[in-house]
Parts: sequence; structure tokens; C-alpha cells
Amino acid sequence: MATIEKTRELRTGKTYHDDLAIVREELDKCMKCGNCMSVCPVYGADKLETSVTRSKIAVAEAVLDGELELDDPQVYEMLFNCLVCKSCMTNCPTKVNFDRIMLALRAALVRKNGLPWLKKMIFSTLKHPKLFDAGMRVGAALQGLAFKTEEGGKAISPRSPFARVGSSIGFDSEKQMPGLNSTPLRERVPEVVKVAGATTKVAFFTGDSLNYFYPDAGQDLIDVLVANNIEVHIPKAQNCCGVPVLVHGDIETVRTLARNNLDTFDQTGCEYLITGCGSCGGAWQHDYSEILAADPVYGPKAEYWAKRTYDISTFLTRIIKLRQPTGRIERVVTYHDSCHLKKSMKVSAEPREILKGIPGITFKEMSAPDACCGSGGSYVLSHHETSAVIGRKKAEDINRTQADTVSVGCPACMMQLLDNVHRAGGQQEVVHYISLLAESYRKERAAENSSR
Amino acid sequence: MLEKTIIEKLEAVAGKENVLTGKVDLVAYSYDATADLPRQAPDVVVLPTSAEMVRAIVNLARSHKIAIYPRGAGTNLSGGTVPLKKGIVLSFQKMNKIIDIDAANLTAVVQPGVVIAALNAAVAPHGLIYPPDPGTVATATMGGSAAENSGGLRGLKYGVTKNYIMGMEVVLANGEKVRFGGKTVKNVTAYDFSNLFVGSEGTLGIITELTAKLIPAPKFRRTMTGEFKTLADAGNAVAGIIAAQVIPATLEIMDRMTIRTVEDFAHIGLPVDAEALLLIEVDGMSEDVVRAEAEAVMQVVRDNNGGLKIAETDQERDQLWTARRNALPALASLNNTVILEDATVPRSRITDMLIACEAIGKKYNLTLGTFGHAGDGNLHPTILCDKNNQDEMGRMHKAVDEIFKVALSFGGTLSGEHGIGVAKMKYLGDELGQSGLNLMRSIKESLDPEYVLNPGKMVPLREA
Repeated sequence: MATIEKTRELRTGKTYHDDLAIVREELDKCMKCGNCMSVCPVYGADKLETSVTRSKIAVAEAVLDGELELDDPQVYEMLFNCLVCKSCMTNCPTKVNFDRIMLALRAALVRKNGLPWLKKMIFSTLKHPKLFDAGMRVGAALQGLAFKTEEGGKAISPRSPFARVGSSIGFDSEKQMPGLNSTPLRERVPEVVKVAGATTKVAFFTGDSLNYFYPDAGQDLIDVLVANNIEVHIPKAQNCCGVPVLVHGDIETVRTLARNNLDTFDQTGCEYLITGCGSCGGAWQHDYSEILAADPVYGPKAEYWAKRTYDISTFLTRIIKLRQPTGRIERVVTYHDSCHLKKSMKVSAEPREILKGIPGITFKEMSAPDACCGSGGSYVLSHHETSAVIGRKKAEDINRTQADTVSVGCPACMMQLLDNVHRAGGQQEVVHYISLLAESYRKERAAENSSR
Repeated sequence: MLEKTIIEKLEAVAGKENVLTGKVDLVAYSYDATADLPRQAPDVVVLPTSAEMVRAIVNLARSHKIAIYPRGAGTNLSGGTVPLKKGIVLSFQKMNKIIDIDAANLTAVVQPGVVIAALNAAVAPHGLIYPPDPGTVATATMGGSAAENSGGLRGLKYGVTKNYIMGMEVVLANGEKVRFGGKTVKNVTAYDFSNLFVGSEGTLGIITELTAKLIPAPKFRRTMTGEFKTLADAGNAVAGIIAAQVIPATLEIMDRMTIRTVEDFAHIGLPVDAEALLLIEVDGMSEDVVRAEAEAVMQVVRDNNGGLKIAETDQERDQLWTARRNALPALASLNNTVILEDATVPRSRITDMLIACEAIGKKYNLTLGTFGHAGDGNLHPTILCDKNNQDEMGRMHKAVDEIFKVALSFGGTLSGEHGIGVAKMKYLGDELGQSGLNLMRSIKESLDPEYVLNPGKMVPLREA
């Protein structure tokens, strides 16, 4: 099957992103059995057939058969009422690649009607990293006007006048989100972090969320690599992974972003590419080779890096042998499986292994750790009511574990959990799992220093 | 198209948010899980939230001669929920509350939209289960599975849905609401209405509440597989297990075609030279009894030249189940159309039926694999074909006709668990005869003379 698809891509010079008809064989795989209903978070929240995967496939068939118009407002609304969490794909008996169908539809829509002006504006700045960076810094400087800093300084909330305006997209005064950091990660660290006697060198793709919102977690990831004798390259020329743009169907922008990233990382000469975000890692492992499949120059480059991209947890436990930390952390920790980390990158055992190996941590599994948190990037803004229903379920599941810490491997989930744990009255600290490992190494070093 | 005033009246009854008329909404309710059926979009989808709302909708529909198509999760396999005559799809997804769990009486009272797995999760803390186990437990609703009388993998030992419905609330086509049965184990008051409405596929009344029977969850189990070089050995093993007075909770069979396809699909080390594979699970409340039963089964398998694999851990059990779980997905991966039949024969004819299915597949040059519930004679001959190949689809239809003919000639039945719906309606006379068809029609017309409820299913519409 794969070879047939490939030939078609190369013969026409197009991928399913360019021609909706190419996903027909993907649509044909769907039996309408309804297994997707048991795992679709959106269907779970609103119980409407229109929310679930098989109906979106039926609508895609109707569009291809000319029975429905792609730009019918209801078709548009339905297409974007999906978190692209890929949960349905893990439960699909016939292995329908629904992500392809969804992206093909959204891309076809953009081809037909163009991008809404707001998306166009935001996406075009992503192609100009310096402009985007400047914008994020201005944002960081000005955020105090609209947001107040919560106790402890780990989150910000909308100030009341803005909360009134923002409540239609979920920005009420209860909203909590991470503040934009005035010094992004890539400004804090040198392009190469050298280690004496390094065993290997890796390139770290930070992604925008770790760079701007969670630079401390990004720093922790670098520290952990260093603690394991790994030289880390953090090229400044890297830009957004493109997933936020990809899911809106702006394929040409993603291709531009991907090509730039591929060139940038080619120049590092590193053997591995490390991510700390499931969406970014998924882009490198899968999306780049899919969107560039018909590109004779960048297609092979994308394939090259796809095989060398690892989530930090996989790298530490499967590629090298993790140096077991000895610093004690007294915490009760649960772990949320980010959709893109588990369902796209197939990473779920590794973070748990790392957490369970940290002295002092009591690990408690929640009842449905891989149930989507409802973030879905901009879904949390465009469909904040559904997103909140899904997020609340997650927060309640976290609360039942009686953990004091919820760890996760994806910054977008961290943002959603921060807000929803707070709204559900939970007290858990939301952290990237790598920060707990870094904390243990720090304790270890502190103990060594004081005993000297 | 329905008149605008009717949509407005429906909105007044059910609330605007529970009445869907968008083009996309209608496409989304135009199908169920049955292959090779035409789709039909309804005029409107209504999501009631109470029995009173259902009554008002039925009264409105009857007075305007509009068809009503009740729908649970729409995972049924005989076209039972496709709105052939347009009209109203009545989706019960919002009536999904568990009203009562009564551990003392071993009952649960549920609304029809409760998902079977959700009921099982809710009763698990009491050490109880609701045993009917169709393949779609994680999505199918209690109302839908009662209307279809679904079966599943535990039918042999634990029975099917009809054995677990003790009482109901039903809205009739005349708009009246009737309640019958309840929490008592014994109840011979009036006709056995539960057994009339269970399996009626929404053609006689609309279920708005169910009282379900629960049982204590079995505490121990042993799982094993047996590989056989001939179908006769496998068939004799099935008969031998029953003759040894063991009733396994699960007794599943896969034919050679299915075994090979699963192995190609999942690479789990299945014996590709075997003619049949049995998956056997015994369970019970006492460890000794379960052990003795497992040993008896093993002896039967050995006596019939079978190769045994026995699960010692949960992980090993999971591995043994992988083959069976992958049977349908693996077969389905071979082509774009999956014709999944459920012709059923007396247990003693399982071997004959497997041989007949294989021969029919060859005769019509079709890809056909058979797997299913050997313990209760319920097989799933599965034909994989290309919906764009008219010649192949034609051969497939002939093969299906012949499968039913053979099943009936063995003293079997058209459908073990998927129901008649629209897919198997034309064969009904072959099993029931004219007097049986007359009985069906007289029951239908006495309860729903104007064919408002799920028209065109089970009982053909009268020619106008």
C-alpha cells in the first residue's frame, strides 16, 4: 500500500496536502464501525455524531462526491471541531490515517478560500523568525497590562477588564496560563553547550513553547543531557516546527518552515535530534516527510531526520543508558500522556521509567492517562467550552490520584493542565517530567558539594 | 423536506439545541456500521432528554405521518438505524444516565443511551458485571443493544442481551408510555413484554428505560488456545469440551484463511499451517473448579490432536486474545468492503458450516475468512471485496445467499446476533415461512399500524 501511495505522490508531484482526491483510499478504509466513538474526546464531551471521526469521514466522502460544498459554513465548523489528537487512530481496527484526511481537508479549504486574515497574519510572522521573536518579546514586556501574576509567580491571569472581553474565548478571570518569558531559552544558552569528555552530540529542537513559555523546562532538558555527558547544540536559526500552521491547512508555510529547520539542523553535524514536545517531535518524525514527500531535495532530508528524532525520554532510556539520579525528591507524581507524544511519537513507557527511577518519587497512575486534555493548540480558544469540559474530566482524574505533581511531556498540555487543574480546585504543580529529573540531579550535586 | 412548522414544533418540544437540521448533521446520521447499504440522510435529527419528550415527538410524527428512526450509537450491523424513509432520527445519546444500581437485587436501571462499558465500569466496584459482550461494548448503548438483542463472545455460558433485560419503559407508536417487568427475578404478570421488545429493532416501540440484570463477576479464569491440523479435529474438540460438561465463557474459532491473514497483519507467531485455532477461556468463582475445568479442556484438546498454549499471566492471556481481537481488523485490511455475516448453526454443525463457507468462497472466487463463536454456533463468514468492482460485488451477493441457504439447511438461523434490519429482510421467509411472515406483520400492525417506527425494517412496508 505504502509503495503505491508513494508512486502516486511522485508521479503527480503532489501529496494529499495538495490534492484532496489522494485521500480517497484512506476514506475507503473506514468501515463506520464506530470504534472511534469510545475514544474521541470531542464526542465524549458533546455526544454528537458530527463530532466523531467516522462522521467527518462520511462528510469528506460527501464532499468528494459533490454532495456537500467544502466551504459550507457547517462543513468548516465541523472540520475545525477536532483536536487532531489522533486518539481515534489508536483505536481504529482498519488503521485509517485520519490525520491525513483531516489535514487534506483543511488544506483543500485553504486552497479554495484562502486563510482568514488573522491566521494569515500570525502564520506569515512565523516564516520570519526575527519578526516573530520581536513580537513575542514585546508581548512579554506588555503582558503585565492585561494579565496579573498569580501567587508563586508560575502563572498569570487576565486582569478584570480584559477578562470581561476575553471570556468568549475562555479568558475569564479564572484563566491561568504561563507568562511569556522576557528572556527566551535560545537567548539564555550558547549555540553549543560543550561537555568535557562528551560521548556524543545532539541537536535540541526547542520549539516555540519551550523557548518562550517554558524556558526553565528547556534549560532543565539541556542540564539533563549535560549530566549524561552529552554535548548539546541549540541552533539559533531554528524556527517554529510548523504544527500550529499545519493543522490550519496552510501547507506552503509549513513547507517553508520545515525546509528552513532541515537546513539549520543539517548544519549542526549532530547525529540525533532531541525534542521535549510531542507536537514538535511528531513533526520531525512524521509530518516533514509527509509534506515533503514529493520534494526531491528536502524529502530525503526529512526522511533522514525522521529516523534520528527522539523525545528526550526515549533518547535517555533507549539510545544511551540514563545515569540514574540519586538526589531525593519527596513528591507524589502522576503522568499525563500527551496525545502527540504517545499517539504520534509512540512514547509512553519511557517517561514513566524515568520518573519511577527518581529517589523519593511515589508514582501514581491516573485512570485514563492517555485521554486527551482538550488543548489541541488553538482549539482551546476556538472551542473553549468543549475544551473546558474535556479539561475538567482530566483535572478530576488527576485529583483522584491525590498526587501533588502532574508531570507531562508537552508544553501545550502543560498550559491546558495549569488552567484546568486550577479551575477544578486542584493543587497539583504542573511540570515537564524532565524538570523532575533535572531537580534530582541538582539535589545530587548540592549533596556532593556540601559533603566536600 | 419537512415543513418548517414541524421543525419549529420539534424545537418547541425538544429545545432548539436538541434539533439538528444542518446538511452536515444529516449526513452524520445517514449511515450505521453495515457495509454495502445505501446511505440516506434524514430530514431532522432530534436528541430527546426524557420519555415525555419522546412521547410528544411520537405524537407529532404520527399525526403528520413522519417516520421515526430510533438510534443508539449506530454501531449496528444490519442497517437497523438507517433512515430509509427520511423523517426523524431519534438519537438517544443524551439520555445516558445510570438511574440506579441495586446490589441487593442485582439490578441496574438505566436510560437507553448508557454505553454498555459505562454500565460495567459503574457496577465493577460492587463486584458485579453486566455480561452481554458484543464487540462494540465500548460504544454501543444499552437501548440499542436491547433493541438488537446483541450477543457477543460470552454467549455460550452467559447468554445474550435478552437474558439480562428484566423490565422496560417503552413509548408506543400511539404515544402511550408503558412500563413492565422490574427488579423481581420472577414475574409472569401479563405477556412477556420484555422478550417482545428486546430484538424488535425499534419497529414496535421506543425504549426509554431499562432494568438490567447483573451477576457477580467471576473471580478466576484460565485461558488457552488449541491449534488443529484439520477442521474435523477442531469441531470434535468443541463437541468434546461440551461432552466433558465444561461450559467455557469463551470458545472462539478461526479458520485457516483468518489465521494467515492475522499473522500477516500482526506478526504474532500464529501457526499458519493450522486449519483452525480455538481460543478457550473458562471462568468461575472457585479456583479449584476453574482449574479442574481448564484441565478437562486441555485433555480434550490433546485427545483431538490439538497443540496447546496456556496463559500463565495476564500478559500471556492478552497475547492469546490478540489473535482473536485482530481477526476482523486483519480481514478488513484486505479490501475496502467488509461483508460480515452472522449465520448461525447448531454447535454440532460448526465443522460442516466452516467447510461449506470455505467452499462457497472458492466457488465464487472470493476472499472469504470465517471466525466466530464456535461455542454457540454463531460464525462470522467475512467476505472482503472491492465496492468499485461490480462483478465481484455480484458474486459476493450470490455467495451470501448461499451461506444463508446452507445455514438453514443445517437447522441454523439467518442471524445469531446482528439482526434482520434491512440487510436480511428478503431472507426472512426462507426461515419463517409465509405464516411466520404473517405473524410478524400482524404484530407490527397491531402496535404500529401506520408504520411510523423504523419503517422498512424487519417487516416490509405494504405496497402503496
